[in-house]
Amino acid sequence: MRFLFPMPFQSLVLFIVWLLLSESVEPGHIVLATILAIGIPQMLRGVQVNSMAIQKPFLALLYAIKVFGDIVFANFEVAVQVLGPSKNLKPGFFAIPLDLKGEFPITILASTICLTPGTVSAEVSSDQKWLYVHALNLVDEAETIEGIKTRYEKPLKEIFGC
Amino acid sequence: MNVYVELIVSALLIMGGLFVLLGSIGLLKLPDFYMRLHTPTKATTLGMGALLVASMIITSVRNGGLSAHELLISIFLFITAPVSAMMLAKTALHLQVKIAENSRNPELADTAKQQEHPAQSEKTEG
Repeated sequence: MRFLFPMPFQSLVLFIVWLLLSESVEPGHIVLATILAIGIPQMLRGVQVNSMAIQKPFLALLYAIKVFGDIVFANFEVAVQVLGPSKNLKPGFFAIPLDLKGEFPITILASTICLTPGTVSAEVSSDQKWLYVHALNLVDEAETIEGIKTRYEKPLKEIFGC
Repeated sequence: MNVYVELIVSALLIMGGLFVLLGSIGLLKLPDFYMRLHTPTKATTLGMGALLVASMIITSVRNGGLSAHELLISIFLFITAPVSAMMLAKTALHLQVKIAENSRNPELADTAKQQEHPAQSEKTEG
């Protein structure tokens, strides 16, 4: 079983995504989905990283909903900033001290920062203790860092249990 | 087709179109690379989201049943958009792209490029 499915979760996702893409549950598509679900993880066996398991799926779902809401509301904010005169904008870099550990949780945090408008994560320090972020309008640096830490990093810490 | 469905779909299409247009406007008028990076990656997520929801509603109503393609497209979009934005930002750091003059902490771009710790914060925060 372990040999057939080195990454069981990814195999399941591949299977479901293929069926959704072809929008049918005919035997032919199921066979093809099974071949892909077994074949692709086999090919990726060499580059497999130990991703951290999600400890609290319910919190993860809440987190996803919260981020989605933030994306929608913050988009309007950026819309106003972009349409207004560019001279009033104060762009800038800032560094967030990371409490999260592990590549996968940091990736999720960086992606969240990228998806929520107004901030793009640019780089991680080599020891994964600082995350460098560029903001479109950096009014109060300390407040922005604190906001990201309490709003996104804290729930992620709970979700991944680290 | 139901008038209300058509109204909702048109509203979503207009909103999506406006946000995608806004992304392009930002790309045109913002002063430096890092700022220009913000609009196409963000405004477009919501813009594309609205267009995809509109497409989902109209195909679901027309063909009956739920159309799942759009959901998949938005999931792929949400996974790939931050990765490409981060790769672009990283490339810009390494090419030492010009930073707008009124930027705050421009020296952090260099620290980030070296993947080191920020200098002054370390003193204050230990």
